[in-house]
Amino acid sequence: MRFGPHRIVRFALGSALLIVVGLLVPGWLLNQLMFGFARGLAVLGLLVLFRAGLVSLGAALYFGLGAYSIALLQRGAGIDDAIVLVLLASTISTVVGFVLGFLLKRYRGIFFAMMNLALSMILYGAVVKNRTLGSTDGFSIAQPRFFGMLFTDPSHVKLALFSLLVVVVAGAMYFVQIYLNSTLGWIGAAIRDKEIRVEYLGYSAERAIHIKYTISACLGGLGGAFLALTLGQVDPDSMLNWVVSGELLFVLIFSGTASILAPFIGSFLFELLRTYALELTPIAWQFIIGGTLVLLILFAPNGVWSIFELMTSRKRT
Amino acid sequence: MTTSALLDVRGLSRNFGAVMAAADINVSVSAGEIVGIVGANGAGKTVFLNLITGYLRPTTGTVFFQGQDITGLQPRQITRLGICRSFQMSQLFINMTVFENLLLAAAISHESNFLRDIRSSKKVGDVDRTLREFRLHDRRDQLVRELPQGLRKLLDIAMAMISNPSLVMLDEPTSGISTEEKFDFMEALMTVLAKSSTTIFIIEHDMDLIQRFTTRVLAFAYGRIICDGSAEDTLRDPRVVQHVLGGDSALD
Repeated sequence: MRFGPHRIVRFALGSALLIVVGLLVPGWLLNQLMFGFARGLAVLGLLVLFRAGLVSLGAALYFGLGAYSIALLQRGAGIDDAIVLVLLASTISTVVGFVLGFLLKRYRGIFFAMMNLALSMILYGAVVKNRTLGSTDGFSIAQPRFFGMLFTDPSHVKLALFSLLVVVVAGAMYFVQIYLNSTLGWIGAAIRDKEIRVEYLGYSAERAIHIKYTISACLGGLGGAFLALTLGQVDPDSMLNWVVSGELLFVLIFSGTASILAPFIGSFLFELLRTYALELTPIAWQFIIGGTLVLLILFAPNGVWSIFELMTSRKRT
Repeated sequence: MTTSALLDVRGLSRNFGAVMAAADINVSVSAGEIVGIVGANGAGKTVFLNLITGYLRPTTGTVFFQGQDITGLQPRQITRLGICRSFQMSQLFINMTVFENLLLAAAISHESNFLRDIRSSKKVGDVDRTLREFRLHDRRDQLVRELPQGLRKLLDIAMAMISNPSLVMLDEPTSGISTEEKFDFMEALMTVLAKSSTTIFIIEHDMDLIQRFTTRVLAFAYGRIICDGSAEDTLRDPRVVQHVLGGDSALD
């Protein structure tokens, strides 16, 4: 596949179409789309790591960092423009990812997973015990401005935020696609198979993982930032706790890793599933979600995406 | 420092506890030589190769390559300087195709922009040429994990060769290949390698192959080079007969 204006046009058209969809669907569905896409960004970050065979149990670290950056920048620095907030939040998580990457690039397998978990729990602990960081209650987030404009109608705010989210998702997919198809992206996939050979071809596997980790941190931060803006609040247990890391990993397996579209479709479907499961059996909703994952792993181990692929390939033949 | 030698190894030693895996190895190799390395199991052949390519660090001693001290460099740095290797057990990306393995090898050594779409690389033509040379072209789009052992060894060597190294070190290229096919395999391989001006080290247990294809032989025993000379002379040397051919000849 070639890159260039052709592909950019396709991404732009796709984004425009999605924004129109956002205009037409009822509010509750728009909410689900936004939750799905926000988490989808963080799940895409996990996919980038997963392609190199790396699994992080601490995705909430960057997710929470993105979310809390929004709250703290708004309250502390008085920044109220959504675009500036998102930009700064993702920059902060990217920088933290880059710095911690010097440590994490040396670990593989369970050690990589647990080291991430440990780091995320340090941040969780710091936030929960610290009153200036919101403690266990977190913060509420005020309505942001868009290009200096403050909408009075909440549905307009939502729509503006959704449009921004769609543009960021399209941009993220565009760049991740370029990355995965590049020599650097292939090196990542090669590390999963045989790291020593990568070294003997003349490239540092650690550097490749460091780059991957930084990309993943950036996407995680973006995801958290958008979830915080969508919810209008941040709190440690839904942004920073290890349960959040587990959930994001769950969505990755649920979605499948074969395509960069999978995290967003899977994440949206997961939001729907959770909502309906909660409505159906408020006490036993986890049972339904767990059962769904068991069925998926048994019958479609490559996730929801593989079912899509199966359907489209049947249509073609 | 001698400048005429391509590879100059001086007093190279490495011990694992009390075991001297490499003991005061001195050897100088000029460009274009085809050097066979023989020795019983555990004689230090692979350790020698690992010391040169940076997988192991020597306890003492120095390695000069093209006049440059490369002792203690990382494998990737040594690779970039022009020393490549293949592996006794092929080390490949088994979930990629034959073509993809070779393309990645070519891109890493020749591409300057690592963010460019790898499939649009100018090296695609080179990769297909190399696949034909190594007679792997009809397996081009097959996943490596579905490839038989012999072809994996070939691909392993092709991946070392595609960067046009000045020196290539082959660790038992014919292991895992049946006795009847060994000779044909080496004949084909050496024909390909002869086209490049690459200097070659070959670790090999089959003395017929050593005699046929190498210009010089290093015989290893107990971490030392016990004999260094032409294939004819070395294989007749009483120390080599005793330590390499004698006790372990049943292995061949």
